[in-house]
Amino acid sequence: MILAASEILSPLRDGWFLQHAWLTPVIPTVGFVLIVLFGKRMPKKGSEIGVLSLLASLVLASGAAWQWIQRVGDAGEEQFVSPVVRTWTWWQSGGVEFTIGQHVDGLTVVVLFVVAFISTLVQVYSLEYLRGDRRYTHFFAALTLFSAGMLAMVVAEDMILFLLGWEIMGLCSFMLIGHWWEDGANSRAALKAFFTVRTGDVGLLVGISVLFFAANEWTTTHLGLSGFSIRGVSAWALSGEPNSTVILVAAIALFVAAIGKSGQFPLHTWLPDAMAGPTPVSSLLHSSTMVVAGVFLVARLYPVFFTGLDILGPSSNVIMVIAAITIVIAAALAFVQSDIKRVLAYSTVSQLGYMMLGLGAGAWLPAVFHIFTHAFFKACLFLCAGSVSHSASHHSFDMKEDMGGLRKHMPVTFAAWTVSTLALCGVFPFSGFFSKDEIIDNVGGNGYTFFMVVGLGGAFLTAAYMTRATYLTFFGAARGAAAGVHEVHDAHAGAHDVHDTHAGAHEADDAHAGPHESGILITAPIAILAVLAIFSGLFNATPFGESWEYMKKWVEPRAVVVASESHSGGPGEAFVVSVPSAESGHSESPCGKETPPEGVCYAPQVSHATFKWSKALISLAVVFAGIVLSWVLSAALYGRRDPRLVGLTQRNGLARAGYRLLANKYYLDDLYERGVVGSITGPLARGAYWFNQRILDGILHGVAGISRAVAQVVYRDIDQRLVDGAVNASADVTKAAGTTVQPIQSGRVGHYGALLFATAAVAALVFVILNT
Amino acid sequence: MLTSQFLLLGAILFCIGVYGVIARKNAVLVLMSIELILNSVNINLLAFALRNGSADGHTFALYIIAVAAAEVGVGLAMVLLIYRNRRSIGLDELSELRG
Repeated sequence: MILAASEILSPLRDGWFLQHAWLTPVIPTVGFVLIVLFGKRMPKKGSEIGVLSLLASLVLASGAAWQWIQRVGDAGEEQFVSPVVRTWTWWQSGGVEFTIGQHVDGLTVVVLFVVAFISTLVQVYSLEYLRGDRRYTHFFAALTLFSAGMLAMVVAEDMILFLLGWEIMGLCSFMLIGHWWEDGANSRAALKAFFTVRTGDVGLLVGISVLFFAANEWTTTHLGLSGFSIRGVSAWALSGEPNSTVILVAAIALFVAAIGKSGQFPLHTWLPDAMAGPTPVSSLLHSSTMVVAGVFLVARLYPVFFTGLDILGPSSNVIMVIAAITIVIAAALAFVQSDIKRVLAYSTVSQLGYMMLGLGAGAWLPAVFHIFTHAFFKACLFLCAGSVSHSASHHSFDMKEDMGGLRKHMPVTFAAWTVSTLALCGVFPFSGFFSKDEIIDNVGGNGYTFFMVVGLGGAFLTAAYMTRATYLTFFGAARGAAAGVHEVHDAHAGAHDVHDTHAGAHEADDAHAGPHESGILITAPIAILAVLAIFSGLFNATPFGESWEYMKKWVEPRAVVVASESHSGGPGEAFVVSVPSAESGHSESPCGKETPPEGVCYAPQVSHATFKWSKALISLAVVFAGIVLSWVLSAALYGRRDPRLVGLTQRNGLARAGYRLLANKYYLDDLYERGVVGSITGPLARGAYWFNQRILDGILHGVAGISRAVAQVVYRDIDQRLVDGAVNASADVTKAAGTTVQPIQSGRVGHYGALLFATAAVAALVFVILNT
Repeated sequence: MLTSQFLLLGAILFCIGVYGVIARKNAVLVLMSIELILNSVNINLLAFALRNGSADGHTFALYIIAVAAAEVGVGLAMVLLIYRNRRSIGLDELSELRG
């Protein structure tokens, strides 16, 4: 497969880890194969392979991150930091080379690190959480491949490998969400996730194809890259060449894929249902892999969206509109959930909305930074929810029925949950404050005041629903399983982690201990993530001044014009050396939708809002108001059972209508199932039945009647007279002919030979005469 | 021209072979005549191969030699069986296929 490697000639340092970043997805992939082949025979049932392979990936990703920081240091302040690209020719077809390779830049490095880090912790957590599960080995195999898919997508040099990683993740999410498929609800949720995401995936295929056919000629002549290359497409999008309609179509198609994968309105409905999977899966799926893929796609091909959707233009674009709707509706839905994981799921949808809003408003760096911080605290929250259900609420996730008052029993889980909740709400100085506030700040700074207000409203709602969830889980009186009531909750079995062998294995534990803190394999990952939920915001702490903006320095691609030297490589020429050379000058003109002719740009010029405490105080005040208001209402409603609030949704017409709208998830599921699926399957089935009864049966009866009548005629006239006559006549003729030629068959070989040669001689004579 | 002499030799051998197949009553002699025919074909192929300077003819000739060897093997086995059953290899007596 490896035919030739092309290298970037660059004075910047690229160490071993940067050169070998492609190993990060390869190692877990090999691990997956090993688990499938040998997992069941290993002493730990294959889980050790999964943990070790992801640990190796984590080491590689950390090394790559470290060396990337050095490389940025080499480049100084203004110079373009060229990505470390290595490609191998995968196959050739019709003069088009399909390559496979790595593209390592700041974005790659940061997401690579986050994915490897959280995958490793989640695998460690799963060692304890799924102990005794009946498909333990399969679980670790799928989890490992899932991470490998995301890692492959992140390091991908071109859209082909990107698509491959994207689809691997779709498949693995299906396997993992439906891990306990014996329960019909779980397999339905898995199918729903798969099909909803597939709907969006069509957009990815269309988008990649459109980009290839539009950009291939330009990228080949100017950069010596194919139209699948991410660098090539980025430079093309900013070159001023593309037809505005074509690139608009490509951007919309790609954004549809991002909507499906990242759970944006209106395709967000699969994400809450994906809670049917085991909690470690939810944690991984909602923090660093899968749902981030859509945001990553937009961030990766940002120039295409920048030009295609006219980001930073005078009017709002489709990304921002969708993101704003998502932020608000998802946050509102989180209020009516009683399942703790569903609250977190809607919270994820809402936070992904923030990332998309940032990208849509030109705030590329804050959005990527929010991916970074959100991954830590959201993974922590999910793992805390799993810890609660594992050790305190007897595998139930129902906050209203089976939780409450757990803060005394589970100090570590409670502390981690509180820290992560504060980070999610955006309270200073936790990590979420820095990233979310930066997004809101930049959206306003780029002139989109309305969307800034939506962002602030979302922050208020986030603070309120998280306070409600915290109160229900950890405060108030213990209820249900948390109070030591060990009954089988058949009524909401669908919301539970139903896995018999596991529950059976822990029956003894739970019976004597009641709610208690989880084991070290569960609390250690939670504690590590909680520490990061506090401190990860410091990587780009804009309030503390320019010197704290490490993320901006390391991750953001610099919008400088790069001189390009094109080498036209024919199909036979494997070496393609493109030199986005660093030292050859950049000009003052910024990279925008029109790039100056002397070079190419790989990133558009965006502005950064300057941090002001006055603006930050507004958002902090909003968050504080949300927390206090929600706390007072929760304490009154769930704690004291205040008669003015209890049953309000039954008494007040307006409240009832609002509650029913939310409880039915805006009727979107009904719309999809009855409206879309039903409108296709129902009439299709009725139509098929009608067709069967009327058309097919009618034809059959008609044909039968006609054929019986015809058969009569045929028998009397044709069969008896014509056919029999013909048969008899031919028999007579044959007999006469046989008698005539009988003497030739003398039975003597010599005669036969003579006849054969005589015929051959006559034939030869005829040929000779004909040819002369 | 050398080629025409080769072709002439092939034609003569062919005629001798045909005569043998038709006129001889001994099965072994008929087999030998068939070998003559095959070899006359070989000579023709080689003659044309030499003239055109291509290796195709040589290849065909080699194939024919191999096939002829197999054919003689089968033919002699049949003759042997016929002799065992009838104590004679006269082809005139084998006329049971007469119509």
